[in-house]
Amino acid sequence: MANLVAIFFGAVFINNFVLTRFLGICPFLGVSKKVDTAVGMGMAVTFVMGLASLVTWLLEYYLLVPFELQYLRTIVFILVIAALVQFVELVIRKVSPVLYQALGIFLPLITTNCAVLGVALLNIQLEYNLLEAVVFGVAAAIGFTLALVIMAGIRERLELVYIPKPFRGVSLALILAGILSIAFMGFQGMM
Amino acid sequence: MSVMKEFTKGFVRENPTFRLVLGTCPTLAVTTLAVNGLGMGLSTTAVLVASNVFISLLRKAIPDKIRIPAYIIIIATFVTIVDMVLNAFTPDLHSQLGIFVPLIVVNCIILGRAEAFANKNNVAASLVDGLGMGLGFTLSLTILGSLRELVAAGTLFGKNVMGTGYEPFMVFGMPTGGFLAYGLVMALLNYVFKKLKLE
Repeated sequence: MANLVAIFFGAVFINNFVLTRFLGICPFLGVSKKVDTAVGMGMAVTFVMGLASLVTWLLEYYLLVPFELQYLRTIVFILVIAALVQFVELVIRKVSPVLYQALGIFLPLITTNCAVLGVALLNIQLEYNLLEAVVFGVAAAIGFTLALVIMAGIRERLELVYIPKPFRGVSLALILAGILSIAFMGFQGMM
Repeated sequence: MSVMKEFTKGFVRENPTFRLVLGTCPTLAVTTLAVNGLGMGLSTTAVLVASNVFISLLRKAIPDKIRIPAYIIIIATFVTIVDMVLNAFTPDLHSQLGIFVPLIVVNCIILGRAEAFANKNNVAASLVDGLGMGLGFTLSLTILGSLRELVAAGTLFGKNVMGTGYEPFMVFGMPTGGFLAYGLVMALLNYVFKKLKLE
């Protein structure tokens, strides 16, 4: 149990996926202009990453390892994630149209979010068991959401101030992320 | 003339890293050392050229509706090959790049070029486009890697260039430094482009 708590806080704060592992930077820069879209994206990613951790772990240990097909891992994982995203989109559309309206546009983007494939590969690399893998996947996604929402909050305020021309847009977003990353380095003393 | 133009557009005008802002994850993650940036750039170039050529060859055979999954399979195949080659011939670099080698699959430059260029153009043009874009990406990663290595350790490709009295500024080797270096170089280039009126 203590182990799971350590994995959870480690993935949310200490090794934050966006700010220290550099996974999922594209949506981090692209979808962090407004707080509510950031929350929507975060929810969609959390759902997919939890599910992807579960499915890819099962595939690795019940399909690839018994048949010694580990060299096919990249191909299998990315295909499964792409299919999973499509499937999740279909299910949400049928089951909860309201949620679909909120998440709809973000779902197709998730396939190419490297955080999803990244978490699947890290689960294998760190030799987590099934429960640990799912906790790690969900925690990583919560860390992603946290960084995204903080960033969106800052960028909303920046709309109102004067910014020198060369820094406008992505350049300033990157420098802001650097400063946020310094703040998150403070959590390293926690463990 | 136009071949030359296709080739060189990736270096400056449509540079994937600084102008189009694609493939940001590997850019930030592997540029702690110049040699890592170079290795990552060349690996990505190899995958990009191969996948561009193949997708261009198959562009009439792949049904429009399932083109994205088809592209992903082609790209993933080449990534697996590159992964194995790196593991066999440069194990040090392979372990340094770590998880970011398989993650070349989801590098948006590759899928982006497949969708925007290779499925509309012939094989030769796609090859040149892939090579140009890939080398542009390599150039950016090497520049960022050199800059960060120089500031954080005082070395360049592992050789000491700043002299023995240099106090390393460690932050640039950490994640923070990756964001700052990328943001500052991009701002500088925006300024230069504005002055040169290239946009």
